[in-house]
This record gives sequence, C-alpha cells and structure tokens, in this order.
Amino acid sequence: MLNEQIATRGTESWRPFIEPALKPAPPAAQGKPVDTNEEAGHELSIRVRDLNLWYGANQALKNVNIDVYQHNVTALIGPSGCGKSTFLRCLNRMNDLIRSVRIKGLVEMDGRDVNDPRMDEIALRRRVGMVFQKPNPFPKSIYENIAYAPRMHDLVSRKAEQDELVEQALRDAGLWNEVKDKLAEPGTSLSGGQQQRLCIARAIAVKPDVILMDEPTSALDPISTATIEDLMDKLKQQFTIVTVTHNMQQAARVADYTAFFHLGELIEYNDTRMMFSNPHTKKAEDYITGRYG
Amino acid sequence: MSQSFDEITAQLKHRHRRTARLKWLSMGALALAATFLVVFISDMLVKGLPAFQQAQIQVEVTYSEQSQQMPPAAVNEDVRRLVSRGFLRTLPMSMRDNPDLMGTTRLEWVLADSAVDQYLKGHHTRLKDDQRAVVDDLLAKGQVALKFNTRFFTAGDSKMPELAGIASAAIGTIMTMIVTMLVCFPIGVMTALYLEEFAPDNWLTQVIEININNLAAVPSILFGLLGLAIYINFFGVPRSTPLVGGLTLALMTLPVIIIATRTALRSVPDTIRQAAFGVGCSRWQVVRDHVLPLSFPGILTGSIIGLAQAMGETAPLIIIGMVAFIPDVSASFSDAATVMPAQIFTWAGEPDRAFTEKTAGGILVLLAVLISLNATAVWMRKKFERRW
Amino acid sequence: MMPINQVYLLFCAALIALGVAAFFLARARASQLRTHGAAMVAQPDQYAWFSVVTTAGPALLVAALSAFVLLLLGADIPTLYLLGASLAVAVVGLLIGLSQVRPDFHARQAIERVIRGILAAAAMVSIVTTLGILISIVFEALRFFQMQSFWEFITGTTWAPGNSFLAAAGRADEGASAAQFGSVPLFAGTFIITLIAMLVAIPIGLMAAIYMAEFAPAQVRTLAKPVLEVLAGIPTVVYGFFAAITVAPIIVDAAGFFGLDASFNNALAPGIVMGIMIIPFISSLSDDVINAVPDSMREGSLALGMTKAETIISVVLPVAIPGIISASLLAVSRALGETMIVVMAAGMRPNLTANPLEDMTTVTVRIVAALTGDQEFESAETLSAFALGLVLFVVTLALNMVSVIMIRRFREKYRSNDL
Repeated sequence: MLNEQIATRGTESWRPFIEPALKPAPPAAQGKPVDTNEEAGHELSIRVRDLNLWYGANQALKNVNIDVYQHNVTALIGPSGCGKSTFLRCLNRMNDLIRSVRIKGLVEMDGRDVNDPRMDEIALRRRVGMVFQKPNPFPKSIYENIAYAPRMHDLVSRKAEQDELVEQALRDAGLWNEVKDKLAEPGTSLSGGQQQRLCIARAIAVKPDVILMDEPTSALDPISTATIEDLMDKLKQQFTIVTVTHNMQQAARVADYTAFFHLGELIEYNDTRMMFSNPHTKKAEDYITGRYG
Repeated sequence: MSQSFDEITAQLKHRHRRTARLKWLSMGALALAATFLVVFISDMLVKGLPAFQQAQIQVEVTYSEQSQQMPPAAVNEDVRRLVSRGFLRTLPMSMRDNPDLMGTTRLEWVLADSAVDQYLKGHHTRLKDDQRAVVDDLLAKGQVALKFNTRFFTAGDSKMPELAGIASAAIGTIMTMIVTMLVCFPIGVMTALYLEEFAPDNWLTQVIEININNLAAVPSILFGLLGLAIYINFFGVPRSTPLVGGLTLALMTLPVIIIATRTALRSVPDTIRQAAFGVGCSRWQVVRDHVLPLSFPGILTGSIIGLAQAMGETAPLIIIGMVAFIPDVSASFSDAATVMPAQIFTWAGEPDRAFTEKTAGGILVLLAVLISLNATAVWMRKKFERRW
Repeated sequence: MMPINQVYLLFCAALIALGVAAFFLARARASQLRTHGAAMVAQPDQYAWFSVVTTAGPALLVAALSAFVLLLLGADIPTLYLLGASLAVAVVGLLIGLSQVRPDFHARQAIERVIRGILAAAAMVSIVTTLGILISIVFEALRFFQMQSFWEFITGTTWAPGNSFLAAAGRADEGASAAQFGSVPLFAGTFIITLIAMLVAIPIGLMAAIYMAEFAPAQVRTLAKPVLEVLAGIPTVVYGFFAAITVAPIIVDAAGFFGLDASFNNALAPGIVMGIMIIPFISSLSDDVINAVPDSMREGSLALGMTKAETIISVVLPVAIPGIISASLLAVSRALGETMIVVMAAGMRPNLTANPLEDMTTVTVRIVAALTGDQEFESAETLSAFALGLVLFVVTLALNMVSVIMIRRFREKYRSNDL
C-alpha cells in the first residue's frame, strides 16, 4: 500500500511518504502535461480543476486536473472502470442525464464554469459535440441525420445552404464519395464504419469547438478504424478533439497528449511520445508495458 | 471561431420554452387521467354511499287474526303507505313461525317504503304532500330514521328497491369464479409449462403462441356467442347457471393466466435448470421441484389479476342468460344465478330512481373487491419479487 | 334406476379405488422384485404412478371421447353402459400396468411421456377455443345468410329485424313490411363511437406516456402507474353506468347551453367514457415502447445540442411510432368489441348519422339485443347476432394481427441495433 502510494508520485518515489506537504505537487495534479509537445498548439480550450464525481455513494473521479489544448487530439487511456468515459461526459454535461450523479470541481471553457447552474447545457453541447462508442445514427435518411441539428440551431436558412452544409460535413468526415448518390437512404443502411463517420459528420455539421469521442472505433473493424484515425488527424485542424480509447496503440498513433486514468484518479498527463517512451510514473509504465489493464 | 455561450443561450430561449410546453402538456394529460379517476370515484361514492343506509319507521304492529288474513291491517292507516310492502307481505309468514306474537301489539322499527327512503335522502320522490307532512312529523318525533342497511348485504334481488340486496349476486359470483378458476388455472398453467419448458420449436408451437395472443384480443362478447352455441346448444349445459358462466369466463381468462405464467417461468434463470439437470434430474423433475416452486408467486399474482378481470366481466354472461332475476340466495352450480356485474347491469336498467342508488352501491362493493384483489396482486409482486 | 348424480359419484369412487389399488399393488410388486435382488431401472413409486396412469387414463379417455362422439351424432347417451365400459377399460389398464412392473421397464420415461402428452393437450385447449368461436359463429352466420342476402347485409342501410318472427312463423307476407338486415347503420355507429373514443384516448394516453417515460420523477412514476392500473381494472359495466347516469346528462345540458339538441343516448357519452377506459391501455403500452427506444438515440440527439422537446419529437417518437401505432390498433380493436358501455349508454335505434349528439347503435348492442329477447333461436334476428359477431371477429383479428406484426418488427429492430 505504502509502496503504491509512493509509486504514484512518479520520479520522486524515493522520497519518504511523510513529507508530501513539502514537495511540489506532481505535474498531473496541476493539470499541465509533464512534458510539452513542441509541434502542438497550446491555446487553452478546457481547464479542469479538482473535479470530483460520485455515483450515489461511489466516487468515480477524484481530484482530476487537466488542461485541454485547442487543435490537439487528447487521448484518455486506462483500464476499464477507471473513470475515463465518465470524465469525458463531464465535459459536455452528459452526466446530467443520470439521476444519481453528483459533481464537485471546476470545468472551465471560454472563461465560464460549465457546471454553473446559469450555464445552459444545450448551449454547452452546441459547442462541445460528442461521438459515441456505438454508432447511433437516427432512424432517418443520411441527409436528414446531418441536416436535422443545423436546422434546429438556425445555422441554415435556405435549402441551398443546407445542402451545402450537408455536403461539407460529409466531405469533412470523408464520407461524401461513398454516400452522395444515396442521401435519401436511411442512415442505418450504412456499414458500421460508415455509420460512425456519419455520426462524426453529424457532430461536425453543428460547428462545435470541441468534439468528444467515446471509444469511437471499439465497435469497428480494423480498416474502418484506420479511416477514422486518419479523420481525427485531419479534423484537429478545425476542432479540438478529446478521445477515450481502450487501445494504447491508437492513443500513440493519433494523440498529441495522453492522460492516464486509474481508479478515478488522473495518474499522469503527458506528451504522447513521452508517455509511451518514458513515462514518469510507475503505474503508467506498468500499464503501458502490459503488466495490468 | 464559433458563437459564444451568451449568443447561443440567447437564441435558445424559445426552444427551451417548447420543452417547458411539452412538459406541462404531457403532465396535464396525466393529471387529466387522474382527475377522471377522482371524479369517477367521487361520483360513485356520492351516488352509492346512501345505499348502505335505509329508512326505517317505528310503527305499532298489531299481530291478530285479521292481520294474518289481510297484512296491511296490522299497522295504523295513516302510516300504512309509508311502510314497505315487502314487510307487510312477509308478516303472515313471521306470525306462522312465531305463534307467541299472536294477539300482541308491539312498537317496532320496520322497513319503510322506498319513497320515504328517497324523501329522507333528499331525492325526488313520489310521496304526496300530506304523506310528506306525516313523515316530517315522525321525523321530528324520532320515529323515522336512516339506519344501516343490512338487507343490502343479506338479501337477493327484488322488484322493490328497499328490499333488494346483492347477496344472491355475490354468491353467484363466488360460484362462477370457482368454476372459472378450477378450469382455467390448471389448463393455463399446464399450457404455459408446455410452451416454456417442453414444446419443441416447430410450427405447431408457433401456431399455439400466435393463437393465445389473438385469443387475448378477442372481444369478450364473442366468448358469449361461443358459450351459447357450444356449451348451451351443443353440450346442453343448463342456461344461466354458474356452471356455464364459469366455463365461458374460463376460456376468456385462459390467455391472461397463460401469459402471466409464462412470464413467471421465464424469470427463473436457466442456471437453475442447468444445475438441476447437472445433478441428474429429468425434465419433469426439474420443472416440478425447481422451476414451479420458484415461479409460483408469479403464477399466483397473474391468476389473481385474471380472476379480477373475470369477476368484472358482463358482456358474455348477458348472452348466456346470467342476467336472471334471482330473489333467493342459492349455492348450486346448476341453478340459475346472477353475478355482481350482471346485477349492476339489471339495476341500472330499472326505471325506479331508487335503484340508481342501489346500482352505485353495488358498484362500490364490486370495486372494493376488485381493487383489493389487484392490490393483493401488486403487494405479492413486490413481496416475492426476486432479483437473480 | 338410480339418480344420475349418484351414478357419477359411484363411478368416480370406483375409479379412484382402482387407481389406489393400482398404486399399492404395483409398488408392492416392485419392492418385492427389488428385495429379491433384481436391478430395476426405475423406483417403486415410479412403477406405482405408471400403473395409476394406465388405469385411469384410458378409462377417462374412453368415457369422454365416446360421450363426445355420441353428442356429435345427436344420439342419447347411455350413461350406465358408458360408465360400465369405462370401468372395464380401467380394470384392463390396471392389469397391463401391473404386468409392466419389470426390471427392464423404464417407468419414469413412460410417466414423463404421459405428462408431456397431458401438457400438450392442455396447450391445445386454446386452439380448440379459437376453433370453437370460429365454428360456432361461422355455422350460425351461414344459416343467417341462407335466410338473408349477404349483399343486402353488407350494403343495406336499414336495420329493422322487428318483423322477422312473422317470417319465421311462415306469415312473412302478412306483416306490414319484411324484416330488413342492412348493417351499414350499425357499422357507422360503431365507427363513430370508436372514433370519439380514440380522439379521447390516443392524445391523452400518449401524452401521459411521454410524461411518465421522459419527464416524471421516479416518485410520480411509482404513484401514477397504480392509478392508471386502477383505471384499467374498472369493470366495463361500471363505466357504462357512469356514461349513462353522469356523463350523458352533462352532455345534454352542455349541448342545451349552446342551443343544440342532444339525445340522452347520444354517441358522445359512451365514446368519451370508452376513451377514458382505453387511456391506461394506450399509456402503458406506449410507455413500454418509449422506454424501449435505446438511450443511445436520446444521447445522440442531446449531444448535438438538441433540447429535450426536440429530442422527443424528432428522434424518440419517430423511433417509437410503430409501437405506438400498434398499441392504437389494439385499442381500436378493443373499442370495436366493447359491449357494456354502449349497451348501457348508446341507443338501440339504428341511425345513419354523423352527428355525435344523436343516438346511434353499434354492432355489439345489436348482438346483445338479438340474443336477449324472447326470440326463438332459429329466427333470423337471433342468427343475425352471429353474422354481426363474425364481422366483429374478422375485423378485430385482422387489427390484432397487424398490430402484433408491427410491434414484433419494432422489437427486433431495436434489439439487433443494440449491438
């Protein structure tokens, strides 16, 4: 037990446990990545401080601190049940839908606390879109799947505008060439990978700032997965992407920054290359090298 | 860069209003349904509660030879029309049963005519003005009063509202339900056992399943036609009896019991069956020793709901003649009988306004029974609910 | 000659005695064999039960089957001989059962086969019931159509069975006019009352379901469900009384207030009350269907920044619509076959009108009227009830079939899409 606690303090693990107050807080606790990625942008998108979350009496997130940077892909990894999906859903308040959830702490975007009662969660979700683990196209036509939300948000006023938006979203999602001749067919008639890209196109069409992806490829075949990974790389030019993945190789391939969660705690937050080559904590090291997970 | 939170929030106002509107509208619909229930129950209470009280009148009854021959002579002329004719009619009989009464004059509380009863309850009445004066006078002297109506629970039907009671209908309902449950409980449970535990997956099984679903949706009146054509005309089962009524209702209740039993059987997890097979039980032993005991509360709950449904059914019973006029309480399966809902139906059709109150009274009794049956079922479901 | 009840009692006693004898004899024999060292494939009790089955089973089967055949042939049943024969069969069965107490006889498997047979026979009862309904209705309906033209029945606009007894008595030409069986006014009345009921039940029931499934806090749900169940458990005869005594006069008064003339048997009262009766039916089925819509659909919409109302109207309801239509079809079928409310609150007069304030009659009302009078069974009026019943059966069956197919499609679709 003692060993483990010391281990979580990473590079300073040799220090005796009795002195924690004296040493500086580990980088993960400050929300900054331990190492910075020189190629990536560093403008702040979402700032999370001391985030705690309970399901009833069960604490699922413990004092999580993260800075999410714009136009980056940030990957959340960790063994199942570590709270990474729960954390992701805090960013656009999808946890509001679960009755027994209680949240404490700060999630800040654009200078505003998103958990503030005055914050309209619909407005938040307009700016923070989401793609789910299982593709969930609406039982409508491919066209309607995409046009539905922009129309509701008054993003388009004329039919021509709407057509243009649908085409652009499908092009951005790399789906246009495959579906341009069958826009009237139901979204559910597509293959799994196509359905997931349709869901991405649907999210893009609303023009959000951030797109959250909750294990977007876990239900897909390897080829579709590769397509979506390429897509994520392209999309970060326009959007900030936070993705949860159970697949470390995927994190290594697509992410600029990687956060490692374990039992509701953020253990290490680091530049992806550093995380996989030279992690600062023993737990992350053990997880990445496959000792558990 | 997209819009700021404030810009978006400003646009959202009217969209939030739509959500609020939908919420209130749908809540209103539920409230409306609840209001119907409240209005309905209170309407029945207002109309039916008076039926549990009946006017009685204190008169001097002269037991003499003359009143044996001509009963109206037993009471004083000025109150004669206020006393129930039913009481006067039974006077000679009670004198025969109690010879000591002969030659005495007693001050007795006797049943009042329904016109007096209705007058006391403030309803429209056929009493004439002078009779009203007499009643008012008696009321002032405390010689007319509304008392608890025991007769309503102990007597059979009558053409005189003050004499009518629900006892014969209640007994008829019990007899009919005995037949119904004796027939449909075993057959229903066996059918469900067969379909869930034994039946091979072939076309015949599918036909049976589809058929059960359809049977559940057949209008109840058609079961009456079946009872009339098959039971009465073909098999010669006597008309209007609890036997034929029970058999008809049994077929109608069968799908309810089958569906409930199947649900109960299905809720027993397969691991239990596999464990039992694993220790060498045969299929029947698995069912008898493990599946049936575990699903029994569920089966019972479903059967109670089926019973309540059968108990409230009227339409098929009208067709097979169970709306008979049954003045005497008789507990036989092969004598003409009536049931509670049929009694309600008959009374509802009586032109005399005094029967309206009897009808609503009967409805209150029936509803009390049905609601307690359903409450028992809900309670049992809660108590024996098992999470696997 | 003994009274018939005593004969039956005696028969039962004899059969039970034989069964008990079979049980103990077989068990004794099996135990004896076993103590002599024979390796038996079954236990003594199983041999015993097998003997009971061979004793009572065939005997009861013989008695019941021959009684049925004789009834079918229309012959009198010679009760004494029949029961005697049955007892003889029982004795033979007893001997067969005892002779089967052999070490190599699989008594348990035999019993299980019998049990399985009995269960399967019980399952056939529901099929026989449907056939019974069909046969009883079709045969009598055919007899009706031998007397009256089918075409006239389907297209005629006058329902006046009043004089059919004269025709039955062979004096058709002496009556003022011949009986007429044009069912159009009955179907029109049924249709209008059903329509009114649906106009009440579907919006209220569906909205209540939306509230329960999407908005209501858990406490309201646990409270509202039993309330709706109570509403569903009220017998139809009670609703009928409510419609006739309370609702109809209110409607007459209300119509009078607007200067309209309403009949006390107006179609509005039974229609509205029938609608109230059907509300819980629609709401509980729709509630199930809405709850069956996968949450991933709701989340997908909410994550796009849709409001709750937009999610419900544009995503949840379109997914649920086959289930809701299916529930509504079942409700229509219920309303069409509903009898007591219309018998008590609607009129008796066949009246071809679209005005819900007038009195009109329905198919079920005429079925009841035709079968409760003092008509003899062979008269055209009595038989007309079966013709009407046939139409009712076919229509409700079709509605139910369509509804079942729709709900099944819905379920399959969203089970497989659950991945």
